[in-house]
Amino acid sequence: MEQKTLEVRNLTVCFRTEKGIIRPVNGVSLDVPAGSIVGIVGESGCGKSMTARAVMGLLRYPGKVTEGSVLLNGRDITNLTEKERRKLRGAEVSMIFQEPMTSLNPVVRVGKQVEEAIRLHTDCTKEEAKARTLEMFREVEIPEAETRYKCYPHQLSGGLRQRVLIAMAMICKPSLLIADEPTTALDVTVEAQILKLLEQLRDGGTSVLIISHDLGVIAKVCDYVYVMYAGRIVEEAETEVIFRRPAHPYTQGLFRSVASLREGGSTLETIPGVVPNLHRLPAGCSFSLRCGECDARCEQELPELKETEPGHKARCFRTGKEAAE
Amino acid sequence: MLRTLARRALQALVVLIGVVLLIFVMLRIVPGNPIETMMGEHANAETIARMTKEMGLDQPLLTQFFRYIGSAFRGDFGTSYSLGKPVAQLIGNAFVNTLLLAVFAAVFAWIFGITCGIISAVKKNRLTDRIFMGVSLLGISLPVFMSAMFLQYIFAFKLHWLPISGTDSWTGFILPAIALGWNSAGQVAQITRTTLLETLQEDYIDTARAKGRGPTGVLLRHALRNAMLPVLTMMTIQFSGLLSGAVITETVFSINGVGRLMVQAISGRDIPLLQATALLATTVVILGNLLADSLYSVLDPRIRKEG
Repeated sequence: MEQKTLEVRNLTVCFRTEKGIIRPVNGVSLDVPAGSIVGIVGESGCGKSMTARAVMGLLRYPGKVTEGSVLLNGRDITNLTEKERRKLRGAEVSMIFQEPMTSLNPVVRVGKQVEEAIRLHTDCTKEEAKARTLEMFREVEIPEAETRYKCYPHQLSGGLRQRVLIAMAMICKPSLLIADEPTTALDVTVEAQILKLLEQLRDGGTSVLIISHDLGVIAKVCDYVYVMYAGRIVEEAETEVIFRRPAHPYTQGLFRSVASLREGGSTLETIPGVVPNLHRLPAGCSFSLRCGECDARCEQELPELKETEPGHKARCFRTGKEAAE
Repeated sequence: MLRTLARRALQALVVLIGVVLLIFVMLRIVPGNPIETMMGEHANAETIARMTKEMGLDQPLLTQFFRYIGSAFRGDFGTSYSLGKPVAQLIGNAFVNTLLLAVFAAVFAWIFGITCGIISAVKKNRLTDRIFMGVSLLGISLPVFMSAMFLQYIFAFKLHWLPISGTDSWTGFILPAIALGWNSAGQVAQITRTTLLETLQEDYIDTARAKGRGPTGVLLRHALRNAMLPVLTMMTIQFSGLLSGAVITETVFSINGVGRLMVQAISGRDIPLLQATALLATTVVILGNLLADSLYSVLDPRIRKEG
């Protein structure tokens, strides 16, 4: 059996709000096999980032993992104490965030911020930490590492800041890197460079979980894709499979909204409506409110995530074997 | 950096000169003859005219002004009409007391204000937070003479721990410093709490946590330094306010400070003394602002660069 860096089983995150309990992540299961890049794709508010935060143990109050488990390299880390969790963060599993502009402390030199990560997890001396930081800067292709080491964040461009953040995340050689919208704030040429860098990291042995709303990003680097909608996984398959034969109407909608532009269509096709309010989810399929193919059963009953073909699962009554019956 | 500082200092100097001129002119255009006030009701017109001439008050305003500036540069601010002593000496003595009071009050305000603010932010909406914020709100809203009398009653009158008034020993400064500093402490606590809570929402706090920093490290190494920027500005300005004299506190605790001297000068139409105390207050405030500016740019690299 292939080794898995990350296994998430039936993960549920609850938020107790004034209007009641909501579940931004609802029974999510996903795997990141060793040495692969896995993507989670979906619209804003579908629970992608929340899933990542839950894996990191960085949920903000009042978010809480209420069900399910997270296994990192086969070890269950769901019920670790905060202190034990802290030892893993930055050492075994790291995360980079969406906004490189605001994700670095504005009053601390970037070199020091990267160094901090390694000094937290090892006993190395100041000099060793600095040498390691400079080495890491070169590894993530930051030019003039020595000069950049002494820079403050505002003196660097967005792309360079994201590289600094990647250097910080990678300096302890974690087995898993979670990248939450790593290129959303960057322009296209820089995006390509950062994605290439992520591929290099994978080739170096780090598994990567990318979270993005951008199908282009997913298509470029991911080996396997999960599509999320309203807190649930609605479809999963290898990237090539999902791009060839999207099974879930939601995934199809996402592709159409990109494809209609590519093919020179004059109007931008969209999925009508918005992601449902998590306080008022329909009893059946969460997507039933916006789905063109929805019928009475979809409104009443929640479909299971079922195989439509080997290695390809979708959460829809109207696809695969069931539709054929 | 140095150039910015030099420019700011120059601006401050211009403001200072403007203020001197303003004070000078205003004190002379208000109705009433200071000599009459000084000599009392029974002085005859001849004496008044002689005195006016002796003191140079019959000269044109501009001449008086340049004379004043000239001697001020030599450290001579004239002689007090009402107290008959050199103004420089009077203010020097009073300023020592005011300085001590301000330092005590500021140290109290900063230590308590910052500590309470941090604890409140960490224990947001819990009982500790409510208590600390209640006490700081009380400090902000309570008039100084009320808190002063309250403290005197408990710690001097009932408990006999501290002298009720006077500055015979340094312990005499404790109660007035608390009475005076409570207000500043309250403001510092409130703003520390607010900015710290805001800062804790920043993305770089997530980054710090993601690399394995614990809550204390995140708070002290990442949040606090950013959160302290506005607090620091406020504290510097507060301190210059404290230095320019605290009339009520000085009066309630019988401290011979700049504040009381200024009140004496006003009621006695003592122009040289009034001029000098006003000048002192202005200088202190301008220097305070200058200091706040420079400290800010030391702590915040983003500002340092732009200057």
